[in-house]
Amino acid sequence: MTERFLAEGNEAVAWGAISAGCNCFFGYPITPQNEIIELFARELPKRGGVFVQAQCETATINMLYGAAAAGVRAMTSTSSPGWALMQEGTSDIASANLPCVVVLVQRVGPGVQRVEHAQMDYNSVTKGGVGGFKNIALAPASVQETHDLMQLAFHLADKYRHPVVVVTDGLMGHVVEPLELKTLDFGPLPDKDWAVKGAGKHEDGKYREIGPSYHPLKDGTYLAYLEAFREKYRAMDSELRYEEYRMEDAELILVAYGYCGRVAAEVVDMARERGLKAGLLRLITLWPFPHQIIGDKAAQGCKFLAVEDCMGGLMVDDVRMAACGKGEVHLADITFRHSPAEDGMIMPGKVLEEVRRLL
Amino acid sequence: MNEEAKGMAKEIVAEKPVLLRGEPWMDILWDLFCPGCQIPMVARVIAESFEELGIGDKAIMVGAVGCTGILIASFNIDRVSPAHGRGPDVATALKRIHPETTVFTVQGDGDCIAIGAGPFLGALTRGEKITIIMVNNTNFGTTGGQLGPTTLLGQVTTTTPRGREPSSEGYPVHTAELAATFKGVAYSARGSLHTPAEFRRTKKYVKTAFQRQLDGVGLSFVEIITACPVNWHLTPVKALEWIGEEVIREFPLGEFKNVTSIE
Repeated sequence: MTERFLAEGNEAVAWGAISAGCNCFFGYPITPQNEIIELFARELPKRGGVFVQAQCETATINMLYGAAAAGVRAMTSTSSPGWALMQEGTSDIASANLPCVVVLVQRVGPGVQRVEHAQMDYNSVTKGGVGGFKNIALAPASVQETHDLMQLAFHLADKYRHPVVVVTDGLMGHVVEPLELKTLDFGPLPDKDWAVKGAGKHEDGKYREIGPSYHPLKDGTYLAYLEAFREKYRAMDSELRYEEYRMEDAELILVAYGYCGRVAAEVVDMARERGLKAGLLRLITLWPFPHQIIGDKAAQGCKFLAVEDCMGGLMVDDVRMAACGKGEVHLADITFRHSPAEDGMIMPGKVLEEVRRLL
Repeated sequence: MNEEAKGMAKEIVAEKPVLLRGEPWMDILWDLFCPGCQIPMVARVIAESFEELGIGDKAIMVGAVGCTGILIASFNIDRVSPAHGRGPDVATALKRIHPETTVFTVQGDGDCIAIGAGPFLGALTRGEKITIIMVNNTNFGTTGGQLGPTTLLGQVTTTTPRGREPSSEGYPVHTAELAATFKGVAYSARGSLHTPAEFRRTKKYVKTAFQRQLDGVGLSFVEIITACPVNWHLTPVKALEWIGEEVIREFPLGEFKNVTSIE
């Protein structure tokens, strides 16, 4: 039986996690993600789950490390300043080959700044933190997609034993749309026989060990340990997801994710009404990144316009790298907002003007 | 080693040889520790408590970074190494998810009450049903003997070359007394290992701490003073004497809280 109701993006995060069997949440209040932590505080205790409000985000990510080591599906959520505090922890989780899900509801930066929406954490999410690791990053553009990608996030985390970051923002977190609860099946996963639970509970009678550094007995040399990581990243390339919209004959391709992906779709429709051949490549995974299709389109002579709500462009660098000098790459950034105040947002009108200028 | 040292070492190590069967829970990697270091003895009091309480196969150890972090490899039990100071956070999750296990951290003074003060106070505040063993050797040992939160006034370290000065470095932190002030704490004690009698008392503290966790009372904490002869620039015997003469004057031994229920 499915249930359909109106929900905010932040609520969809929590419902998606619960649909995925996540029964363990660690949180710390920070705007604009408070609806997530409040929903878990309400729902998990009555489902026999674990809810802990920690003393800071450094604590929530390390609690998540402990929960992942214990072999259960667990998550935390935060906004940009809290994400900054989690860099050490996500690096350790990646290093220890543990699965976890972190939801990042982005807000304006740099620094603590204000609490309104933005897309300013692209680099720290996709390039990873300390020690040069990479997070799998999923970027929903609707309430339903938030719910669905949460379930995919838990599946990918378990599949690769790696952190997965679901990237939204204050706007996506608060937009209200219909939500249908359903459990998605992404296929079988291996048992977590590596998890700690007390040596007496392991069938082979051997104790388990989890740590954020390579182990000479288990991993061989340090280089062998790193090469295993590289293999893992190569395998993750197959998880690339994006949406193509009116791209077949497009001369200008807008590249965007999250709420800007929806704005860009509207720009494409408005441009097409005016006979301008625009298309949209909406990123669903921020990492892995769709280098191949951008490179192919650039080789065919396409131009690109990155639409992202940050100063000076972050994602645009990846677009430039993928286009490899073969196609022009332009940027519509935070200066394309409709208002200079912190609650301004990128609207289709100004972006359309740029499309007309470029075509 | 002079005769006095031989006698003391023999007395401490061989006093209860039968209990060195700490195996299968303990297999100390002696060559990882400096001569005269007492951290392996901390493993011994823990492993002996496991045997007596019958909890070794239900225990999960959370390590640390520093000399106590090296200790984790000496335990043959399920174990998790955290980032520096984050042990109580990791232990919180493990205990909440597996409440039937005995979850404990072994942390140095720097790991516990310098960089790890936040996680430590968070766990005390929530009264997590875990056991925290803090090893106090009055300095940062692994990194070469720098000022720690428990360094004595006047004590020379590599970052206090003229001795710890209250006007700039403040005063030593009394962690066991601090822990005892928290309502959610069931047990808090400070022991030392510088004489056989204190070894026995410390062993009792550690066993009681695990018992309080088994009874689900609240957080249990034991601070254990250990000799760090290399960084103190003392012989192992002189280091033990210095604990008896100076360290326990600053850090009195005993139980600071011991309750069997919390209202």
